[in-house]
Amino acid sequence: MTDPRDLLFSLFAVFTVACALGVVLNRNAVASALSLLLCLVGVAGLFALLDAFLLAVLMVFVYAGAVVALFLFIIMLLDVKGGERKPFGAATVVAGTLAVGLLTTGVLTVARAATPAKDAPQLVAQNFPKLKDYAELLFTQYLLPVQVVGFLLLIAMLGVIVLSKRHEGLEDIK
Amino acid sequence: MSTIAEYYFGLPLLLRMVLQGTAVILVLFPAAAACSMAERKISAWIQGRPGPNRTVAPFLAWIPGISILRNLGLFQLAADGGKFTFKEDPVPGHVNKFYFILAPIVSMIPALTTVAVVPLGAYISNGQLLPIILADVDVGLLAVFAVSSLGVYSIILAGWASNSKYPFLGSVRASAQLVSYELSMTLSVLPVFLWINAPGEHGTLNLFDVVQKQSGTGFAWDSVWFAAYMPVSAFIFLVALFAETNRQPFDMPESEADLVGGFHTEYGAFKWSLFFVAEYCHMIVGSGVFCLLFLGGWNPLPGLPLALLADWLGIAGVPLLTGLLGIGIFAGKVASFIFFFMWVRWTLPRFRYDQVMNIGWKKLLPLAIANLVFYALAIAVIQK
Amino acid sequence: MAVITVERKPLTFAERTYLPQIAGGLKTTLKHFFAPNDTLEYPEQRPAIPPGYRGVPTLVYDPHGREKCVSCQLCEFVCPPKAIRITPGEIPAADASAHVEKRPQEFEIDMLRCIYCGLCQEVCPEEAIWLQNQYSTTGYTRADFVNNKQKLYELGGTLPDPHLKWDKKLAAEQHGNAH
Repeated sequence: MTDPRDLLFSLFAVFTVACALGVVLNRNAVASALSLLLCLVGVAGLFALLDAFLLAVLMVFVYAGAVVALFLFIIMLLDVKGGERKPFGAATVVAGTLAVGLLTTGVLTVARAATPAKDAPQLVAQNFPKLKDYAELLFTQYLLPVQVVGFLLLIAMLGVIVLSKRHEGLEDIK
Repeated sequence: MSTIAEYYFGLPLLLRMVLQGTAVILVLFPAAAACSMAERKISAWIQGRPGPNRTVAPFLAWIPGISILRNLGLFQLAADGGKFTFKEDPVPGHVNKFYFILAPIVSMIPALTTVAVVPLGAYISNGQLLPIILADVDVGLLAVFAVSSLGVYSIILAGWASNSKYPFLGSVRASAQLVSYELSMTLSVLPVFLWINAPGEHGTLNLFDVVQKQSGTGFAWDSVWFAAYMPVSAFIFLVALFAETNRQPFDMPESEADLVGGFHTEYGAFKWSLFFVAEYCHMIVGSGVFCLLFLGGWNPLPGLPLALLADWLGIAGVPLLTGLLGIGIFAGKVASFIFFFMWVRWTLPRFRYDQVMNIGWKKLLPLAIANLVFYALAIAVIQK
Repeated sequence: MAVITVERKPLTFAERTYLPQIAGGLKTTLKHFFAPNDTLEYPEQRPAIPPGYRGVPTLVYDPHGREKCVSCQLCEFVCPPKAIRITPGEIPAADASAHVEKRPQEFEIDMLRCIYCGLCQEVCPEEAIWLQNQYSTTGYTRADFVNNKQKLYELGGTLPDPHLKWDKKLAAEQHGNAH
């Protein structure tokens, strides 16, 4: 643990996990959203430790900067009261256990399939692609997936618009 | 001199970084405070008043010529600072105390962090132009956007923790407004980076490289600043900058006419002043970014780069002097830009909230997209 | 009642962009930025008082230094807010102006009541009470705002009145043709 990178990694990792727990365990919706924000910042820190500055910055820019702000906007708009959340019911426990089980299985599978080399961080640091490489891959090899994902998001957005406008013609709204 | 430099460069990297960061903060913080005084003076002059010109420290009053400083409100600034530091700092009973106190602290983080990736000037060492910057990363501008976008949380937190309706409305407005204008802002700078990342060059989002592309000599193509090549981009960026820094005519979160004081209604004393220092820091950094992107950074005039001016003055061989020259020119541009901010503030009435949203989504964003498409095509043709 | 419907012209494109108007506004404010200040820096610079200004009511002496007030109490009677309180007194026989017979022993005007209406000045047959240029009254207590006789004469000073009515009266009386 003499390498400052290791120390920083442990710090960020503990911080991220603690904040992630905070998201789930906080009774207050706004506090949860803020924990999510800190969690994302922690993840960005982990990326930065890997010299993946672009990913770190995008993490902060897109998720921390915009998405969580919108979360908070919605929470405040709907005025979700703190403390209203019910304690965990049976369904929640089952779903939670299932999710944790699936996640563990997934992580274990990936870990077993590709055992990382001992000096993985160094390797990653050396070979981490520059901004331009990202851009090139996004516009060549992965152009179709990117467009498909964008289209999916567009559909989701349209869906939201349709759903939120649903009551417009009804008499009882007037 | 050189021994000090040697001693300094002998220090551990981490300590040096901390020292540099502290130095920048020590400059930025008073600069932001000075902006508040500049705002008061400029508003006064525009309104035909002298502005604050009475305060003077009694033990300095005898010095001849001190009245110039007094008339400029310098001592008023110190008195204000003292007042904000020492006056009672009330915490209303109905607030969510933890987040209420957290909010002003959070507001300082993005305000003081963004400056790390903004080059503050340039110096010439061994005939080579180098940036004066805290963290020279190739994601440059993206990092500025990313960190400054966190500034909205202090406003959201403040409004929510205040647990009262006007601050709450202010913070709801802030969260929607800042996200809306971020889009146009980001889209508006894309043409600049499309242009400087010409085929065959290494990809960069670094602000220093942007200025390098505006440092041509004489009547060369690259001696014209980007504000002339891309006026629409500059305009959109400017408008979005006003919105992002919550300045008039876009100061919806504050909007004292309809929201009392907006998000900071419940704040007072030092916590309140932190919000304002943060706002001015955002303004300074935002103006700096605008100058770098569109107004040639530290180049004194179009066609007259810093290196040439240093040659003319005969100081090209002294890195320290060239650095000071670069910082001076850049600071001058930023200062005049901040004057522009204030000039606009004391000229325009505030938009209504629906107008703000209309401008953001229905006018600025389509304009930014059209602008991007136009320049993408134009640049593709030119750089083919 | 003819109602004229004003046709509201639709905004032009330039107007809808706000920009020409903003530029015009900026030009105006810039002009004011460089224009000289309109403000008066008050304690050092004082405003020019127009003639006929109604400031604090004061009492005046005539050019010979005689109190003009004869304590007839008309002002006390006419004062709408009842700010004036006069204690009349007799002029002792030894005094040079003993023929005037009366002068105020005490004359108080409560400036917290005074409404600066000027009726006292209007009603005074002796032209002894004047609303002059003094406009700033300050004090720490309520008592500070009650101007007594001494204060009133201090504020009022001497009226350069060439008529000297009471001297003429005295002279006429001494010559036996009182009226």
